[in-house]
Amino acid sequence: MPVQYDGILAEHHRTRTDVTLFDTCHMGRFWVTGPGAMDGIDRLLTTEVRAMQDGQCKYGFLLKEDGGILDDLITYRFNTERWLIVVNAGTLPKDRDWIRARLPDGVGFEDASTRLAKIDIQGPNTFEKVEQVLGVEVASLAYFRFKTFECGGEAFVSRTGYTGEKGVELYVDAARIVEVWGRFLKAGVKPAGLGARDTLRLEAGLPLYGHELSEYVTPVEAVMARYAMKAGPYVGSEAVRRHREEGPDRVLAGFRIEGRQSARAGQAVLSGGRCVGKVTSGSFSPTLQVVIGFAYVEPALAAAGSRVQVDTGRALLDAEIVKTPFYKAGRSG
Amino acid sequence: MIPKDAYYTKDHEWLKVNGDEATVGITDHAQEALGDITFVDLPKVGKVLKAHDSLLVVESVKAASDVYAPVAGTVSAINGALGSAPELINQSAQGDGWICKLKPFDASAVGSLMTADQYEAFLAEH
Repeated sequence: MPVQYDGILAEHHRTRTDVTLFDTCHMGRFWVTGPGAMDGIDRLLTTEVRAMQDGQCKYGFLLKEDGGILDDLITYRFNTERWLIVVNAGTLPKDRDWIRARLPDGVGFEDASTRLAKIDIQGPNTFEKVEQVLGVEVASLAYFRFKTFECGGEAFVSRTGYTGEKGVELYVDAARIVEVWGRFLKAGVKPAGLGARDTLRLEAGLPLYGHELSEYVTPVEAVMARYAMKAGPYVGSEAVRRHREEGPDRVLAGFRIEGRQSARAGQAVLSGGRCVGKVTSGSFSPTLQVVIGFAYVEPALAAAGSRVQVDTGRALLDAEIVKTPFYKAGRSG
Repeated sequence: MIPKDAYYTKDHEWLKVNGDEATVGITDHAQEALGDITFVDLPKVGKVLKAHDSLLVVESVKAASDVYAPVAGTVSAINGALGSAPELINQSAQGDGWICKLKPFDASAVGSLMTADQYEAFLAEH
């Protein structure tokens, strides 16, 4: 996936107002199958897999024993004996080894990342284009639900995405993906790159692994404990429970800076001249026309309305802690 | 096509001499590499610079990059339009997207900059 095709801003706005196509084949896709599959992944993920229905997908975490986040991922339930786990690209090899080594004997595991291709179609006109290009009706598909369709080989589509916009993620056999991609291009859907994917997810208040999330951060610090409420036991459940009770020393918060000069990942957050945190992501927001970002800050400063500063090295920028998402589809400004 | 009426640096700035004043900006190649420009941290009029001093920072969606003074001089004017429309640099790097003017400037150093032909050859090699 390139950083951009015809420009980050153009691709960003096109996703917010029309529809774009993302090549997300770099992400990891693992099949977990067999009679012990549900029990096996239930022990590894924070996801409430037992409460899921067939045709449902759910966001969750893969944790270390100490509660550190190995990855954030989406689990697809085809039935109790057939599951797909979709993980980030940078963490793919590590996740594969981690999961495979911890599944009980007899549970099937396949890294299908090269065999099963994935593209995302995102934007308000997604449903019309998917129906036009593939003849698949997706408008009635509920959020975080998926369904299979006929496309020669494995093919399914989920009502999910990473842009905060109406959209789907499409999985088809790798042998068919070039043709499918070409059909969308021919129908006038333009591709968008990694740059727009980053500004879009940031506006939508979605974390990026390696920035907001890492092995050194727990779901409690990331203020995402709602995705780790399962009683367990699962790997990391005890640490999460303890961390929730004790309370974190730092938490993730969204901030907003008036103007165009951006805060960037790694820069210090100050309050009263004292360092109180660190920026994990920051960018000019193409939709909101101000600077937005995420930072880990002391819990006392994390409430919306708190005033802090970001030290860019050249300037001190006044920032306000705000609620996320920064942007919600269907609303302007 | 690289405009013949300006001089160029290896850091992809351009400098155009007009009497006792010189106009400075970044080249089309530079704006292309930076991508959509979202902020220009314009220098203050009166700022005194040595050659290669950091003149200002240009931010694109993905990164912040220094722009250096091609020659020594004093900032005598800035392109205020860039404050609200930094995309002018993307649209017209050597026209409406000019960044600032230097007056006085070190005219004797202009000869050490690249001509358009030399810059074109430099781009081809890098």
